[in-house]
Amino acid sequence: MTDYETHRYDVIVIGAGGAGLRAAIEAKSRGLTTALVCKSLFGKAHTVMAEGGVAAAMGNVYPEDNWKVHFRDTMRGGKYLNNWRMAQLHAQEAPDRVYELEAWGALFDRTPDGRITQRDFGGHRYARLAHVGDRTGLELIRTLQQKAVSMDIDVFMECKILRLLQDASGAVSGAVGYWRPTGEFVVFEANAVVLATGSIGRSYTYTSNSWESTGDGHAMAIWAGADVIEMECVQFHPTGMVWPLSVRGLLVTEGVRGDGGALKNRDGHRFMFDYIPEMFRAETAETEEEADAWYEDHAHNRRTPDLLPRDEVARAINAEVKAGRGSPHGGVYLDIASRRSPEFIRRRLPSMYHQFLELAGVDITAEPMEVGPTCHYMMGGVRVNPETQAATVAGLFAAGEVAGGMHGANRLGGNSLSDLLVFGRRAGMGAADFAEGRSGDIQLDAAQIDATVADAMAPFSREGGENPYEVQQDLQRTMQSLVGIIRTGPELEEALDKLGELRERTAKISVEGGRAYNPGWNLATDLPSMLTVSTAIAQGALARKESRGAHTRDDYPNPDPELGKVNFVQHQTGERGYAAPIQIGPEPLPEMPDELHELLEEGH
Amino acid sequence: MTDSIPASTPQSTGATPSPSPSPSAAAGMPATPSDATHDDVASTAPLEDGAAGHAFDPAADEEDEEDEEEPTVTLRVWRGDASGGDLVDYTLPANEGEVVLDVVHRIQATLAPDLACRWNCKAGKCGSCSSEINGMPSLMCMTRVDELPEGPITVTPMRTFPIIRDLVTDVTFNFEVAKRVPAFAPPPRPDDGYRMQQVDVERGQEFRKCIECFLCQDVCHVIRDHEENKAHYAGPRFFIRFAELEMHPLDTNDRRELVRQRMGLGLCNITKCCTEVCPEHIKITDNAIIPLKERAVDASYDPIAWLGRKILRRHKRSPEEASAASPH
Repeated sequence: MTDYETHRYDVIVIGAGGAGLRAAIEAKSRGLTTALVCKSLFGKAHTVMAEGGVAAAMGNVYPEDNWKVHFRDTMRGGKYLNNWRMAQLHAQEAPDRVYELEAWGALFDRTPDGRITQRDFGGHRYARLAHVGDRTGLELIRTLQQKAVSMDIDVFMECKILRLLQDASGAVSGAVGYWRPTGEFVVFEANAVVLATGSIGRSYTYTSNSWESTGDGHAMAIWAGADVIEMECVQFHPTGMVWPLSVRGLLVTEGVRGDGGALKNRDGHRFMFDYIPEMFRAETAETEEEADAWYEDHAHNRRTPDLLPRDEVARAINAEVKAGRGSPHGGVYLDIASRRSPEFIRRRLPSMYHQFLELAGVDITAEPMEVGPTCHYMMGGVRVNPETQAATVAGLFAAGEVAGGMHGANRLGGNSLSDLLVFGRRAGMGAADFAEGRSGDIQLDAAQIDATVADAMAPFSREGGENPYEVQQDLQRTMQSLVGIIRTGPELEEALDKLGELRERTAKISVEGGRAYNPGWNLATDLPSMLTVSTAIAQGALARKESRGAHTRDDYPNPDPELGKVNFVQHQTGERGYAAPIQIGPEPLPEMPDELHELLEEGH
Repeated sequence: MTDSIPASTPQSTGATPSPSPSPSAAAGMPATPSDATHDDVASTAPLEDGAAGHAFDPAADEEDEEDEEEPTVTLRVWRGDASGGDLVDYTLPANEGEVVLDVVHRIQATLAPDLACRWNCKAGKCGSCSSEINGMPSLMCMTRVDELPEGPITVTPMRTFPIIRDLVTDVTFNFEVAKRVPAFAPPPRPDDGYRMQQVDVERGQEFRKCIECFLCQDVCHVIRDHEENKAHYAGPRFFIRFAELEMHPLDTNDRRELVRQRMGLGLCNITKCCTEVCPEHIKITDNAIIPLKERAVDASYDPIAWLGRKILRRHKRSPEEASAASPH
């Protein structure tokens, strides 16, 4: 049997993006031995790509802003499918988490009186996003990384976790994985495990996500028997790059529109005025004059429809392109060049300026950008206790994108970074409490470890089998074309059939070379996660026979009030793993207290 | 680089196997990037009017080529591990608008599935895919193939760090130095919050754009050519970290003696190679290293400035205190 090394910790955190870092900092601050385990180098997690800002009702720019308005905006943006308690905690605690970052060294942009300034973003009633130009995620991760280093938290970098380990009672008690540089296996024993593994975007062809976003945490939670919810709710960001093909999907921050950029079709028409849904009509400008005046004066004008929530904008762009009014490369135009000065654009959007200049040869201070929807964010994820982030399996916690519930059917821009901070901290506290209360020695099951290692090693012993890259590309094509932004029942059925074939092909993958830093083998070990989350997304999408938020069914184009009262919950009972079936069924949403209901109805 | 493009791929060029983990030296690569075709790689000049959107037409650039068939791209990639390695050519059809990392990915998917290469975001934001392209320390994801000179594109791992495999190096050195930087130490938060002016935070913000690609560390000859200096030299990435903290409006640690005595600031002789390769266009030398050198000298030798600090400025902790604040 293959050898492995073993490490013992009170708490291990899998994933070192914003949520994982914040969770580890919290657990470590409680005096517990804590390890951070991440697939990439430390500080490279996908959080670095967040651009626009952290949503927090600090009221620095609009004093009338407060947590109640933020809560309302979040619930409306999520089409009321959110876990109300998570949305409440998030809105209440986000300002403290931002001020905490400032005390740890983050240098946010300032107001004239020296406070943290805030910018406008889609779906937020007031300018609410604390930011650093258009590289807020980098500032967040670097600040947390430097804090973690100063606390001497143990970091296991370039270490891929394959599977959670469970004791005889079913409680999660550790994890098994391998070092990417050597391919050697490693086992962690832990009293509590926090999943902070981020997103699933790599299951799609065009995505703003990095290679890491293979849904490992979503899948490992399912394989451990935990519930996941709302897997059908995948956000397509309205503005990704569309050209050149090699960068198709790369994110263009919503900050472009927050800072004055307007969406236009081939004819120069600002088409978003044609797509204002009833739910947002009362608070959205009807004329270009009012929309443009809103940027300077929110009190006397209604907001521009260019800043409707992301699901609305993505569908509108999709419809314009389909109607033949798109740009030459199959997107629409995003124009800030004709609306703001070059100096303003370079100062406010430096990353976008360089991204377009260097990758597409487009000067965004002089020409419009071409943009189109790109797979961006997973609203669905592990079903958690809103206070502790505990999953439905003992010893397991989840925070950030891998956790579900907070964002409902659609996430507002800026609510992701605040989610990471608020619930990363809460997951760290929840895991620390659990770890402290767990008595007795951890008993790891050697058979689980051996089986996981054997599965991981199997592709080396096959010859002439499937190429992992081809399986991945076929998986991405399947999800992109059949489980994308607009869905239908027959296509979802077809997707599930194809995913079945891909599961069979995955079992026949063979890889060349050795175990040391072998990307073909690494990909082969990512594919089981990608297949499990893809299956859950397609199953959820088939079950939710309505259109709500980011989930759009062509055959059920309207929301169904009855389905708005349920989560679709998925889990594995009995047989586990990517080849085993996942059960799905509706369960009622948690009941919201009356005083919060009233907030939703106030002011529109 | 005048060899004709090999007809079949992959194919070894027969370069001398490297006896040590220094592939670019073995392959005859220039020792410093100033000898290389820097302008071609790092140019940020906009394309000429109307160039955006034009199809990539290599035939227009290769008038002497008799071959009018489908355009190709050849990557000459260093492959090997700590025991040695070799340059291997891979030729594929060229695609419009591609960056070097796209070609590496296509090589992995079709010709060499185990070709090791580190990458994450493919957007110039994470700093993972650092390598040396035609000898120039560069991000593979931000280097467009159509902006490189004609002929095979040589891709080698960063030379300053030990080889793990192929294009992947062991950059542990940088994470170890990071642990030796004393942490940010603000005064207690006032009731109405910290106040800072935009103009004051912008100085530090320039340095916090750093994506930790470590290309500045790679190109810095103090450690590129002198392994022994790594024990007492932090390198440009950490000089900007020190400068950022030194210029942070709220920080109370004084790290000037530390950076001079134990981080090797004096070894930097301002050749500006680091500034040249920075993908974030941080003016490392002018805005961080030179001011830091001035402040460090100021701290050591100017008794009037010392007295003035004692009397007029907020308390800054001494190097010993600052050093003690670090966990290592």
